[in-house]
Amino acid sequence: MARIQIDGQFYSVPEGNNVLSTCLSLGLDLPYFCWHPAMGSAGACRQCAIIQYKDEEDTRGRLVMACMTPVTDNLRISLNAEQARQFRRDNIELLMTNHPHDCPVCEEGGECHLQDMTHMTGHNLRRYRGRKRTHNNQNLGPFINHEMNRCIACYRCTRFYNEYAGCDDLQVFGIHNNVYFGRFEDGALESEFSGNLVEVCPTGVFTDKTFSAHFTRKWDLQTAPSICVHCSLGCNISPGERYGELRRIVNRYNGDVNGYFLCDRGRFGYDFVNSSKRIQHPRIKQRNACIQTAKEHFHQLLTRAKRTIGIGSPRATLEANFALRSLVGETNFFSGIEDTEYQLLQTVSQIIRDGGIHSPSMREVEQADALLILGEDVTHSAPRLALSLRQAARNVSIELAASALHVPSWQNAAVREIEKQALTPVFIASIGRTRLDDIALDTYHGSPDYLANFGFAIAHYLDSSAPEANALDADENKLAHTIAAALKQAKRPLIVSGTSCSSLAVIQAAYNIAKALPSPNRQLTFSLPECNSLGLALMAGNDLQQAFTAIEQGQADTVVILENDLYRRAEKQKVDAFLETAEQLVVIDSLKNPTTEKADLLLPAASFAESEGTLVNNEGRAQRYFPVYPAPDSICASWQWLLGTMENSSWQHHDDLTTACAQAFPDLTAITQVAPGADYRVKGSKIPRQPHRYSGRTALHANIDVSEPGQPTDSETPFAYSMEGNMAQVPPALLPVVWSPGWDSNQAINKFQEETGGHLREGDAGIRLFEVSGTLAWFNGIPKPYISEPGVWEVMALPHIFGSEELSLQSPAIAQRLATVCALMNPLDAEQAGIDNGDCVIISDLSGASLLTTVIQIDTNLSSAGLLCITAGHPKFQALKMGMQVTLRKFNSDSEVGS
Amino acid sequence: MLSQIRSLWEVLKHTFVKADTVEYPEQRRELYPRYRGRIILTRDPDGEERCVACNLCAVVCPPDCIALQKAEDEDGRWYPEFFRINFSRCIMCGFCEEACPTHAIQLTPDFEMGEYDRQNMVYEKQNLLIDGTGKYHDYNFYRVAGMTINGKNKGQAENEKPPVDVKTLLP
Ligand code: SF4
Ligand code: SF4
Ligand code: SF4
Ligand code: SF4
Ligand code: FES
Repeated sequence: MARIQIDGQFYSVPEGNNVLSTCLSLGLDLPYFCWHPAMGSAGACRQCAIIQYKDEEDTRGRLVMACMTPVTDNLRISLNAEQARQFRRDNIELLMTNHPHDCPVCEEGGECHLQDMTHMTGHNLRRYRGRKRTHNNQNLGPFINHEMNRCIACYRCTRFYNEYAGCDDLQVFGIHNNVYFGRFEDGALESEFSGNLVEVCPTGVFTDKTFSAHFTRKWDLQTAPSICVHCSLGCNISPGERYGELRRIVNRYNGDVNGYFLCDRGRFGYDFVNSSKRIQHPRIKQRNACIQTAKEHFHQLLTRAKRTIGIGSPRATLEANFALRSLVGETNFFSGIEDTEYQLLQTVSQIIRDGGIHSPSMREVEQADALLILGEDVTHSAPRLALSLRQAARNVSIELAASALHVPSWQNAAVREIEKQALTPVFIASIGRTRLDDIALDTYHGSPDYLANFGFAIAHYLDSSAPEANALDADENKLAHTIAAALKQAKRPLIVSGTSCSSLAVIQAAYNIAKALPSPNRQLTFSLPECNSLGLALMAGNDLQQAFTAIEQGQADTVVILENDLYRRAEKQKVDAFLETAEQLVVIDSLKNPTTEKADLLLPAASFAESEGTLVNNEGRAQRYFPVYPAPDSICASWQWLLGTMENSSWQHHDDLTTACAQAFPDLTAITQVAPGADYRVKGSKIPRQPHRYSGRTALHANIDVSEPGQPTDSETPFAYSMEGNMAQVPPALLPVVWSPGWDSNQAINKFQEETGGHLREGDAGIRLFEVSGTLAWFNGIPKPYISEPGVWEVMALPHIFGSEELSLQSPAIAQRLATVCALMNPLDAEQAGIDNGDCVIISDLSGASLLTTVIQIDTNLSSAGLLCITAGHPKFQALKMGMQVTLRKFNSDSEVGS
Repeated sequence: MLSQIRSLWEVLKHTFVKADTVEYPEQRRELYPRYRGRIILTRDPDGEERCVACNLCAVVCPPDCIALQKAEDEDGRWYPEFFRINFSRCIMCGFCEEACPTHAIQLTPDFEMGEYDRQNMVYEKQNLLIDGTGKYHDYNFYRVAGMTINGKNKGQAENEKPPVDVKTLLP
């Protein structure tokens, strides 16, 4: 600790950090632009000027940049000295000379860091009368708007984009005060994290294009704490609503999970909520019905049924799944995922629960000093995690800088210089090339069986008591030894694997490696298919095949399907047979899909933005989301539909369900503490969802009725659809919107953290369900490597950030960025089969029945023979499943037309 | 005592003074342009809608009686898709006019807005938007702002240099 003096006041603060960050952590207001807690200091904007004094006697001091000055013992500084204030005021005035007169038509207005800082420094009158510099804009794709005139050249965007996210298609061009931040030419930004530019850029240069299409000022958005439902990581988000429509998603800070950043799927995938595919009314035999009739009908169906089975879903909440399980009974509850995935998830949950290896949060992932990724293209299967892995790749150089050169980690440019000399050992074993290959020391490519075998070999080299793998060839063997040696030396080694390969052996191999590691701080994390995959796995339930059998054999006649499109889970014929044989089919879902088409009774479910519930992420962290706005009258939350039809149930509210669920499953006991219940009050009132400047209350509905309706009530959560309440006392983890006096932009988060970039005061949201305990025996299911037969191809369904996930696929912006619909093949295979890049082929199963026609793209990075890679979860490829064996035939337009 | 008598006297004196009140509605007072009555939305000197849907009037409004939604036309101009004022709530404070960065929203000297049905006090854009510039004749926001709209590219607004050529290395 250091004792420092700021404007005559003494503080005791940690040594070594920079002064800007320290002042902000102390709650002081000091303007800045280029410094970012996650990206360190650049010293580019000159806005954070303060006066530093030599000692007690020094009366003049000298002007320094707070973000470039380390905190040392006996430091004496002043933020309020007139010279410092004058300098900051002048600096802003200069930055503003070229600034366009745009605020009224700028999407950033009202949450603009530049507005905040201008106001804070007191520059409020424009004196410059000269001409302004201008720039042409670029079209940067469906996600991001570009308005270069508003740039203040802080370099945050390129530092984030190039250094933090590792993508190079956004650059700085030009010289002196003409610098231009953009792409070499127009075109969609390539990074999967481009949306963060909206929040990283302190001005309105980069804004959210999807938000602009139905724009609302920040002060007019109704919000509530929420969780992203588009992958298993459970990033914290703040969705905003106006006029009954979901308008945008911004990051909600969670020091353990997503920190300051989201991926583009999470940020721009929200529009499915507003989609025309939403089911708006209950439908009985394809005819609209009112809610009451539907409820009664549902009840009748259940009473009349011989036996009802329920099919749960990994994208529904714990509470909804539990309500269904209680409604149909434990033995009649099926988890709604097909056998392989079911098995994978059971194994993963067993490992997390009893494996004795720490399952890290993303913050902990960023601390790792050696990495092995086994079988995942993380950027596509668990996007935000890839950003954390990229930071982990810097750790060795950060440590070297600190120990050998005494350069602190926030000295960004200096530390990045050293990066070239000291690389964190990162190894990637995957099916094809991945988006993280650029940080890898070495890579290994192969089909899942090969990957698993390779993994088992590494485990054996680490610990000879681990089972031995099948022999590797000389190069592979050398690589396996290198990886084992690097992992062995590491203090905080991390193994990343997951379900993308659909291979149990890969997951088991990953566990063996982690178990074989000597370090007590070893970590193992898995990327899972959906937002509540782990939660559902913890609830057990039977797999989907058993449900099919039950109906096929006539043991049951009625089926209730909860938020699950079965056509994405199993082959079409099987699902067709299942849905047709069932006498009564009840489907609860929010979007129309092939399964809902078949429903005898279709119940419209509220989306994540209109309902509440608890999800368990891949780490084993339970987190709750809350409704942002009430669902329309004809739509209920899934759990409400299910609870509403339970006879004599003592459960009335969502909290009752949560409590009952916690009691029913020992693993889930802690979920009641994830967030406070509906009776929670802050100074006697609920937490307001609307900012205190929320406008238009007496005109919003005046076109319908001039007498204002009462605010909707919320009896299920601690939040109110209102602007009344005491925001200042709300625990930061429950804050719907981040705002602090003088800080309208999202940078106000500084005021709610223990220290800048640290944990939220009073704790981050969510509760970890598992801590390290137990150990499992070595897995020894070493697969026999699959040898490809000539002419037979094995389908590899690879996840893609845009296109693999069911819900985001229905958002127009995401739909514009879908992966190209094609199948990838390695050049050797293609040559042998006589297929050229761009050829059209017919894919058939082994019996010769043709499945689909697609274009072939030759991928030079795909080295393993006999693999045909497609986008997982893409509707076009629904007929193909991971690991399926198929044959190919060139599409010959003449002969096909004839046949 | 004396002061009370004087007060009585002062009051009585007014009996013989000409009345300030007028026989409204037969007789009308002259109201000046800056009188704060019924609100209108105006057009810029080129006849285009002035309002850019920035929402500043709505947020400054004490009884929160303005609601609108931003949209963008094919020329790239922001405009309100709908603009609603609930005059049964409006207190004619004029804050909206003061906040408006484009001189779009203005108060007028008309206050005769009585209705039998309160619902009729809800004005939509078609009831608010007039054809002229109102009190402020010359101001055209888009001529000052940096945003490109059809017919005004970068560098063509007031006080703007032509767009930077990023490929040149000349100082
Ligand atoms: S970036 Fe900020 S200051 Fe600049 S026009 Fe936009 S809102 Fe105004
Ligand atoms: S575009 Fe934004 S982030 Fe980039 S330099 Fe300009 S102001 Fe900074
Ligand atoms: S990484 Fe996953 S949870 Fe996070 S924002 Fe992206 S899709 Fe959502
Ligand atoms: S302040 Fe003016 S420009 Fe902005 S929304 Fe209101 S009327 Fe339109
Ligand atoms: S924040 Fe210190 S110079 Fe930019």
